[in-house]
Amino acid sequence: MATNAPSPRQPTDWNTDAMQRRIKARYRAEKRFRFYGLFAVVLSAGFLAFLLVTMISSGARGFTQTELEVPINFAASDLFLDPAQLAGDNADAALSAADIEGVVRSAAIEAYGEDGGDLISNGSWIRVRDAIAADPQLLTGTETFWLQASTELDFGSRGDTGTRRAQLPERQAMISRWNRLEEAGQVRRGFSWTFLTASDSSDPTLVGIWGALKGSLLTMAVTLLLAFPIGVLTAVYLEEYAPQNRWTDIIEVSINNLAAVPSIIFGLLGLAVFINTFQLPRSAAIVGGLTLALMTMPVIVIAGRNAIKSVPPSIRDAALGIGASRVQVLAHHVLPLSLPGILTGTIIGMSRALGETAPLLLIGMRAFVATPPGGLTDPATALPVQIFLWSDELDPGFVEKTSAAIIVLLVALLAMNGIAIWLRNKYEQRW
Amino acid sequence: MNDEIHAPEVEDEAIRSETLKMTARDVDVHYAGKQAIDNVSIDVGLENVVAFIGPSGCGKSTFLRCFNRMNDTIPIARVTGQIELDGEDIYDPKMDVVQLRARVGMVFQKPNPFPKSIFENIAYGPRIHGLASGKQDLEEIVEKSLRRAGLWDEVKDRLSESGTALSGGQQQRLCIARAIAVDPEVILMDEPCSALDPIATAKIEELIHELRGRYAIVIVTHNMQQAARVSQKTAFFHLGTLVEYGDTSDIFTNPREEKTKDYITGRYG
Repeated sequence: MATNAPSPRQPTDWNTDAMQRRIKARYRAEKRFRFYGLFAVVLSAGFLAFLLVTMISSGARGFTQTELEVPINFAASDLFLDPAQLAGDNADAALSAADIEGVVRSAAIEAYGEDGGDLISNGSWIRVRDAIAADPQLLTGTETFWLQASTELDFGSRGDTGTRRAQLPERQAMISRWNRLEEAGQVRRGFSWTFLTASDSSDPTLVGIWGALKGSLLTMAVTLLLAFPIGVLTAVYLEEYAPQNRWTDIIEVSINNLAAVPSIIFGLLGLAVFINTFQLPRSAAIVGGLTLALMTMPVIVIAGRNAIKSVPPSIRDAALGIGASRVQVLAHHVLPLSLPGILTGTIIGMSRALGETAPLLLIGMRAFVATPPGGLTDPATALPVQIFLWSDELDPGFVEKTSAAIIVLLVALLAMNGIAIWLRNKYEQRW
Repeated sequence: MNDEIHAPEVEDEAIRSETLKMTARDVDVHYAGKQAIDNVSIDVGLENVVAFIGPSGCGKSTFLRCFNRMNDTIPIARVTGQIELDGEDIYDPKMDVVQLRARVGMVFQKPNPFPKSIFENIAYGPRIHGLASGKQDLEEIVEKSLRRAGLWDEVKDRLSESGTALSGGQQQRLCIARAIAVDPEVILMDEPCSALDPIATAKIEELIHELRGRYAIVIVTHNMQQAARVSQKTAFFHLGTLVEYGDTSDIFTNPREEKTKDYITGRYG
């Protein structure tokens, strides 16, 4: 390029002050940027740690139970019940006719004085009833039971926590009461399976999470069984078969928009379509599952399409080139290779569905459900709804139970994410 | 073969005399209205290796992909004209494209083994086409294909390892073995050495020599020396048209067309 020779200029001096300043500024910018990033990471990790520590410290007590020792002399009590009545078919009728609750209460008063009845939980007599049903011979003598302590006594067991509420005279009295009982060995507290095996109750000392957990599991099963196949098939069709035209574009935009619709709208949709039109039972896991499936499906479709898109075209060419049909290319190559991505999307969608409350409230899954659902059409509730319901209770005993339920929900979410990571690593292929 | 169908438009005596495997007549390819191949006719003989050469973007790969209808997978591509395999029109609606692709195998520019074991890579084709009668038969096919592709001695002890763990040259020979395994009649190679180093390239070229005669081979290459080394017939493409087609020795030593000469001598390309 002799005709267009560059005009003569000085060789660049890399050591001028301006150059040095530029270098320093660059280093500073690098450092600053790294600091911002680090700060963001530390901040979010801090929030997470704070959440976990708070939840675990206040929720751990929810898994324990405070119990009081109560001796009951059945022979001397005015319980009109004898072992013979409990042998026959009408055992249940006989048990429910007998005033076991009164007997338990009087026994507590006898053992601990005037206010003894307030030391045990309102529902603690159920434990006595179950014991009698299991062994009617108890009725002939005296038996010592460990019964659930009332919320007040349980608060006493916490000692003086320094809060304003703990300074109230009745609370102070209960604290000293607990201390005396503890010295006498008449109280104990420890881990109890009750919280994990029982269901909802109006008495915070008797509640458990099992009903809600089972409701959530049933709902999730319905969601997965519907959203996964429909979502994957939709993704496959849109990505592999759909002709490129206006209709495909409209469907694509609709699905993307569907993923962004607030979940409460899905609740209204579920109410209108599944309950009003199709007359499915309200408060049932099947309706919850259907509604959440509508919400999860777009997430799976989007993740699935991206995963299918990321399978290198060379693999398709290779399979087509030796005479694989389109279905064979899909089933043998594209789907196995995109499975990790599809699964990740599915689990993200399912995790979101598991934590979803609003749509379930609208389809009636906020009902008080004291027995775990036996099937898909039984009244059920779900973990997040249970948390919502308990957080609304007036009885202070529900506070720690709410935190404990949150721990169960978080563990369920962690388990799901763990499965997702495991599956992804298991099926991940490199090429 | 019915000579009436194939003979008239072919000028070169040498091409006419050999056993024809595939013929293309007046083939046009359009990509969304843009013409990529303009009225190309070519014959592929059974005994020869045919090389397609030409500058980038001249349509040689596009034309190659017409021979096993791989252009079908591109929605905007439209192929007109007639291409026949043993006298059968491959664009006939009755032609089963899956079977066609088994009969006309393909090796791609970038080695693309499946992310599966070496064994599975080879066994996949015979399995989906039901070519093996049992496990032992399948193992025999795998061994035979790997031997023909000159890869058996290198991989016989690690058939269960992933095909993607092999070196680039080995991967490409694995892909050739994979194509051989379904017992094709024609093998199309789309710049099979462009991603390989000279030693791996030499091995592939050697392999092409060995496969000649057993399969009709069409190879697209942008490397003129390679075309000269491996092929008996060479077709020179330019801007979607077939400029010259003839014996490789003639094309390289005594081209009829000025354009061919310019390209061969490196005037452009």
